Amino acid sequence: MERFLLYFISGLAVGSLYALVALGLSLIYRSTRILNFAHGDIASAGAFFALTLMGLKIPFGLVFIMALLFGSLLAMGFYFCILVPAQRREATLLGQIILTLGLGLIIQGLTSRIWGMEPQPFPFPLSDSKVWNIGGIYISELSVGTIAAGLLGSICLYLLVQRTRLGLAMRATSENLQAAQTLGIPTRRILAISWGTAALLGVVAGLFLAPLLLLDPFYMLEPFLKGFAAAILGGLNSLPGAIVGGLILGIAEGLAGGYISIAFKNTLAFLIIIAVLLVRPEGLLGEEFIERV
Amino acid sequence: MDLIESYREELKLIRKRGTAFWVGLLLGALILLPWVASEYFVYLLTLIAIYAIGTMGQNLLIGYTGQISFGQAGFLAIGAYTFGHLARAGVPMLLALLAAGVAAGLFGIVVGFPSLRLKGPYLAIVTLGFGIAVYQILANSELLSGGRMGLSVPKFLPEIGIPRATAVYYFHFLLALAFTLATYNLVASYMGRAFVAIRDNDIAAEAIGVNLTRYKLLAFAISSFYTGVQGGLYAQLIGYLEPNMFTFMETITIFVAVIIGGLASVEGSIMGAAFVLLVPQVFSGYKEFIPVVFGITIFIVLIFEPLGLSGRWLKIRLYWKNWPFR
Repeated sequence: MERFLLYFISGLAVGSLYALVALGLSLIYRSTRILNFAHGDIASAGAFFALTLMGLKIPFGLVFIMALLFGSLLAMGFYFCILVPAQRREATLLGQIILTLGLGLIIQGLTSRIWGMEPQPFPFPLSDSKVWNIGGIYISELSVGTIAAGLLGSICLYLLVQRTRLGLAMRATSENLQAAQTLGIPTRRILAISWGTAALLGVVAGLFLAPLLLLDPFYMLEPFLKGFAAAILGGLNSLPGAIVGGLILGIAEGLAGGYISIAFKNTLAFLIIIAVLLVRPEGLLGEEFIERV
Repeated sequence: MDLIESYREELKLIRKRGTAFWVGLLLGALILLPWVASEYFVYLLTLIAIYAIGTMGQNLLIGYTGQISFGQAGFLAIGAYTFGHLARAGVPMLLALLAAGVAAGLFGIVVGFPSLRLKGPYLAIVTLGFGIAVYQILANSELLSGGRMGLSVPKFLPEIGIPRATAVYYFHFLLALAFTLATYNLVASYMGRAFVAIRDNDIAAEAIGVNLTRYKLLAFAISSFYTGVQGGLYAQLIGYLEPNMFTFMETITIFVAVIIGGLASVEGSIMGAAFVLLVPQVFSGYKEFIPVVFGITIFIVLIFEPLGLSGRWLKIRLYWKNWPFR
């Protein structure tokens, strides 16, 4: 039982980060139908930016905020400078997805050029080895911080989307773009904000993952794929689905890694997703998309 | 563009004498090339021929049938390792190549089953899972992957009096030509029409009598057959295999080749394959900047030509046809 709880908690911690990545992905998918393949790379760019700032002896709180801003500015810049011109020339949806792939490649190239390919440790204020004992279960400080970050990020996003005028505009834009434009919503600005928010969530996940993994230009690829899988599992157009999917994926991975085999952790996670999708093709909480012929 | 009067005319590959002239000129140039160009350039063309086969296969799936697959690296690995193991066991090359294609095709049918229920990104994630599973099984099984040293593949093609690189080039060139012709015919056949109907609207396709199960699975099988053959040829050319050659990056390369070349276009597939191989080569002097340059060229092509290289090609042809009118 103790072992079970141990694997469960470590899975929950990783799962809350997957949930953050998945939230960013489904936020963008919901409003533009684009799968953002640069999501992981934007996050790693933010983490590297934070690494440089920390080298300049800036306090961590400030570094954290500046890294988040950096990530969202990057995403908004991409939206305005690349995606909008492409849409004006009527790029296909697959073409726009390839554009995000291109952005990912560029960021990977630039981060390898500036910070090198060597894996670097990321100095983080919460430590992995400092362990608390709560009722017989050992939890590391980092796990607690990670779970808290996941929870806080999800709640903030919920409040933003459901309780503010901006969130209302975001929901309207993703529901029906033309109708939202007719109502006087500046959809382009709203979509840019969606991209920025999504990147911000990604950078939070990236910063909390950095102390677990070493920092190299490709360290976000696997978490990104997991986040993608989590978003699919929960239903790509549903934000609560992304959280549920992320947590399920993380816990399943933790338990599978602990009890079955650590080597096939990733494969097992994908097997679960395939099994769920065969029963519910639209994901756990996704809405069925009904099509007219 | 053209007025087609009969079904027989529609089936013709080359409809005009002018086109026949240009195609003949291009083929002639490609045949004569190894005698004048440098060995390195010939090697690059060989690589393009190999990639063109896989890109055509992927285009049949994405461009014609409208099913997104991110499992290409898995099929590539299955083809390459089937070929590698059979070649080591002494099976003749062409037979091993066929087996590589068939093995990948059979897995393609298995992966195709979810496509009967899933669409778009949901299908993408399932196929992605397949690619990752293949990679992990290979990385963890020394028996299959040949262990830490990798799997060396014996080289075929005996000396036949002409330089080796030239012989290798001719072999791949002929094979790519055969696959191109096969693809053109496939696209013009009932099967190709069925694929396009499924892409445009699968429910409507079913209503007019297209057997969805059969044609979706066929699309997956054929496309992974092509990719398996690509994997076998690649294994043969490199002469060495390890699981790290078949990561998600490989899938992305083929995917980019399809989109840059142009969806649902056979010529586009060849141009796309050439693009993804030549762009890194042209800038090979600045090794660290290859991904950056690659990304920027993707931006430029897709912003200024959303239909891909084949779309631009069509527009150029139309311009000259109507010249001096526009």
